[in-house]
Amino acid sequence: MLIGKSVPRVDAYDKATGRTKYTDDLCSRKAYIAKIVHSTITHGFVKSIDTSEAEKVPGVVKILTCFDAPEVDFPTAGHPYSNDPSHQDIADRHLLNRHVRYYGDEVAVVVAEDEVSAVQAMRKVKVEYEELPFVLDAQKAMEEGAPVLHDRAPNNCIAHTDIRKGNVEEAIKEPGLICVDGWYETPKVQHCHIENFLCYAYMENGRIVVVASTQIPHIVRRIIGQALSMDWGKIRVIKPYIGGGFGDKQDALYEPLCAWLTTQVGGHCVKLECTREETFTNCRVRHGIRTHIKSYLRPDGTPVARKFECWSNQGAYGSHGHGIAAKGMGVITQLYPCDNVEADAYTVYTNTGVAGAMRGYGIPQAMFAQECHCEDICRKLGLDPLEYRRKFSMPVGFYEPFSKNEQYFDTYNQCLDRAIEVTDYKNKVEAYKNQTGDIRRGIGIALSWYNTATYPISPETSSCRMVMNQDGSVQVQVGETEIGQGADTAYTQMAAETLGFPLHMVNVVSNQDTDVCPFGTGAYASRQTYTAGMGIRTAAEAFKKKILERAFKFTKIQPYLMDIEDGKIVRVTDGRVLMTMQELSLLSLYDKDDSEHLHIETTTSIRSNAYSFGCCIAEVEVDLKMCKCKLVNITNVHDVGTLINPALARAQVHGGMSMGIGFALSEVLLYDEKTGRLLNDNLLDYKLSTFMDHPHLEAQFIENAEPTSAYGTKGLGEPPVNPVAPAIRNAILNATDVACNELPMRPHLLFKRFKEENLI
Amino acid sequence: MGQRQYKLVTCTINGKERSAMVDVRASLTDMLRNEYELTSVKKGCEVGECGACNVIINGECFNSCIYLAVWAEGKDIRTLEGLEGPNGELSDIQQAFIDETAIQCGFCSPGFIMTAEEILERNKIYTDDELRKLLSGHLCRCTGYENILRAVKKTMYKRQGLEMPEDLQPNEDFHSTPDVGPYNRLTGETACIKEPRYSR
Repeated sequence: MLIGKSVPRVDAYDKATGRTKYTDDLCSRKAYIAKIVHSTITHGFVKSIDTSEAEKVPGVVKILTCFDAPEVDFPTAGHPYSNDPSHQDIADRHLLNRHVRYYGDEVAVVVAEDEVSAVQAMRKVKVEYEELPFVLDAQKAMEEGAPVLHDRAPNNCIAHTDIRKGNVEEAIKEPGLICVDGWYETPKVQHCHIENFLCYAYMENGRIVVVASTQIPHIVRRIIGQALSMDWGKIRVIKPYIGGGFGDKQDALYEPLCAWLTTQVGGHCVKLECTREETFTNCRVRHGIRTHIKSYLRPDGTPVARKFECWSNQGAYGSHGHGIAAKGMGVITQLYPCDNVEADAYTVYTNTGVAGAMRGYGIPQAMFAQECHCEDICRKLGLDPLEYRRKFSMPVGFYEPFSKNEQYFDTYNQCLDRAIEVTDYKNKVEAYKNQTGDIRRGIGIALSWYNTATYPISPETSSCRMVMNQDGSVQVQVGETEIGQGADTAYTQMAAETLGFPLHMVNVVSNQDTDVCPFGTGAYASRQTYTAGMGIRTAAEAFKKKILERAFKFTKIQPYLMDIEDGKIVRVTDGRVLMTMQELSLLSLYDKDDSEHLHIETTTSIRSNAYSFGCCIAEVEVDLKMCKCKLVNITNVHDVGTLINPALARAQVHGGMSMGIGFALSEVLLYDEKTGRLLNDNLLDYKLSTFMDHPHLEAQFIENAEPTSAYGTKGLGEPPVNPVAPAIRNAILNATDVACNELPMRPHLLFKRFKEENLI
Repeated sequence: MGQRQYKLVTCTINGKERSAMVDVRASLTDMLRNEYELTSVKKGCEVGECGACNVIINGECFNSCIYLAVWAEGKDIRTLEGLEGPNGELSDIQQAFIDETAIQCGFCSPGFIMTAEEILERNKIYTDDELRKLLSGHLCRCTGYENILRAVKKTMYKRQGLEMPEDLQPNEDFHSTPDVGPYNRLTGETACIKEPRYSR
C-alpha cells in the first residue's frame, strides 16, 4: 500500500537545495520591467495624465495610460467558466482605470529597460483627478445616498441570496423560547504568500506566452483572452513552482495587463512583479464580514428558529464576489441543523482592496460567528459547551439535499473525544474556574465544517494523462496544480497505488503549461486530492487494462490472468514475473508490424463532493493589565477521510492553524477612515504571526474513509483555519468572562473590552 | 538622474573567489541572483522583513536585500547552493528539513536553512524558546514553523552527539515499513520519513 505512507515530498530535494525554479528564476534578465502607476485618491475619475517628464527618463520604452487601454470589461475570479451567462463571474474590471475605485487602483503603466528607470519614470507620471466621496463600510455602502462604485449595482450590493426554511415567524411564537442575539465581525486580511505575485509575458509565433505565479493556469488563459478580446487558444500560460498562493493566486491578478503590455512593445518580454506593498494593496484580500445571528431556543438548548444576516465587504471590484458569503451561509443551516431558518447574505462593493478567495472561502468568517454564537448560547442558557456541541451538531445521517452530502459517521463526537483526551480538557475546565488575579488561563473549543470542492455550484472535472516512457516508467499530468501543499506527492502515491508501480516509476509533471497539459481548473476549494484522485484513478485503471491487454501479445497469457506488481507484469495464478515494464514498453514501441506507444488520457466528470470535519481546542493565558492574550496550547483534530500522506497532511494542518492564529490575534488590514488608504501594506506593520507567536501545534486525525472518494480522502487544505479563531475567542471568554465579537483580538481590542467590562 | 556608477566587487562566494561589475545601488540579493544565478536567494519583501533572501556573510546571517552589493567587497559569502556536497549530497540540516516535512512551497526554505546553519555552527544547545527567537527573523505562511523547529532541533542534537529528546523520537510502530521516496533524483537515494511521536 502506498496510500497512507509518509513518503517525502517529490520536490523536497530540489527545494532543500534551492534548485527549484520559481517564476522570477526563469525570467530573462533582459526582460523589460513594468511598473504600475497607482491612484493616490480613493474614488474619482482620472481627468488627465501628463507623461512628458516621465518619458524623458533614460531607459523608458513606453508609457501607457488608462486612455490607451481597451475599455473591455472582464472578470478575474478563478472560477470555472459557466455556459449559463447568468452564472458567469462579474465582468467589471479593465486593464487600467479612468474610474478609480480604491486607493492604489491602476491608472497607468511604465515599461522600461530596467527596474531603476521604470521606478523613476513611474514617479514622474502626473495624474489629475476629479475626486468623489468614498465609502469603506459594507452596510454604509448600501445606505441611501452612498457613493456608487459601479453602474451595474446602484446600491453597491452585487448580490443578495437567501435561505428560507420552515416558518420562523410561526415557530418563535412557541412559549418559553429564549432568544440569543449576537453581532460578530471579521476584518480584511491578506494571504501573505512569501513569493509576491509576478508574471512575465512575451510573444512567440504570433501568440502570447505568459509565465505566472498562479494556481489556475487554464482559467487565467481564458481570462486573458477575454480581457484582450483574443482567441483563447492564442494565449499560452505556464505555471512554474509557486511560492504559496492560499487563494490570492486563484484570481487573474496582473496577467491580463502584462499580456497586453507585451503586445504594445513588439512582443518583447515584459516582467511585472508586485512589490510586497502591491501584494497587500492590489492583489486580493479576505472578505471582511459582519454577521448578525438571532437564535430562538428551548431552555435545554434545542434550536427552534434562527435568523442570520451577513454583509460581506467585497472591495472595489467583483472578483470572487458573492461566492464567499454564500458558501459561509452553508454553515448556518448545516452545522447545527434547525427546522426554521431565515438567512440573508449581502455582498457589497466598497472603496477598499479587492476581496477574493482565501483559504477557507467564507467559512473562517462564518465559523467565527457561528462558534462564538454557540458559546454565547451555552453561557446564556447555562449549558456545557462541549455537551451542547455533542448534542446539537450535525448528527449521523444528516443529509443535505442541494449538495447531496451526507454525514456518514459520528465524526464530531470522535473528533471531540480525541481533542479532549489530548488536551486534558475536562481537568483544565475545572482548574480554570473561579480565577482571580491579573493573569488568567482559559480553554475554548470550536468545531470546523467545510465542503470539499464546488459541485454542484460549479462543474467539477479532472483530466489526467499518463504516458509510458521507453523504460516503462510513467509521466502523469493533471490540471490540479501543485502550489506548495504537496499535491504532486499525493498524486504520485495515488497513481502508483492503482497502477501497481513503485513510486520511482511515476513522475508527476509539476509545472503546468496550457499548451501541453490536459485541461484542469487548478488549485482551490481543497479539491485537489478529492477531484484529481478520481481523475487519476479513472485514468490509472483504464491504463492498467490497456497495458495488460497489450502485454497479452507478448506473454500469450490472458489479460485477466495478469496483474501489475511493483512495476512488473505478473501471472496472478502463480505469481510468476512474466516481464518488466521496460521489456513491455520496448517490445510494444519498436514492434516492426504493430508499434504502439502506451498512453492514456481521460476526463472524469465529478458529481459529488464531501463534508470535511474537525475541531480545535485552544488554551490561552490572558494578562489583564497588559491586555495581552498568549496562546499556550492548541490542538486541531480533523476527519478528512483517509490520509494519503500523514506527514504532509499534518504539515498542512500546521499551516492552517498558523493562519488561524494570525486571524485570531494579530492580522488586520487597516484602511484610513480619512483617506481610504491602506495603512499597513508591509510585513512590519501587518502583524503576520512569527515563530515566537506560536506554541507547539498539535495536529491529529480521525480517519473515516469518505465513501464517495476514489481513495477515501477529502478536503484538507482549508479546514484547519476554520475553527482556530473562535476556539481562541472562547478560551479568552473562559479565562476572563469577556466575549470578543470581533477580530483580531489584539491588545487594542482587549483594552476596549476589558474596560467596558470593568476588568481594568 | 546622473550617470550610473558601477564598481568592481570581488568576494568569495561559496568558497570561490568571484568578481563582477555592479551598479553601486544594487543590493547583494540582486548581485547574487543576477550576476551569479544563485536563485536560492529569494525576494519576498526587499526591505528586510521576511528573511527569504538571507545569506551568511563572514559567518553571520544577513538579509541580503538590505545589504549593498558593494559592501560585499572582500567578504566571504555563503548561500544555500554552497551547503550541498560536490555530488549533490545534502548536508544534515537540508536532510532534516526533508525528513521532518519542514518544506512546503519552499520559498522561505533557503533563507531558513541558512539561518539554521549559522545557529548550528555555534555548537550550542538551545531551548525551544531560544530557537524560536533565533529563527524569528523569517516568515513562513505554509508550515506554522512547527516542523522547521523540529528539523533544526533534531540537527542540533545530532551535531552535539546527544540523545534525541523525547519529542523528537521517531514513532516506530507507525508506518515503520521502509518505502521508497523519489526525493533525491540526483543520487538515486531513497528513504521514508519515520512518523514522529506526537506525545505531549
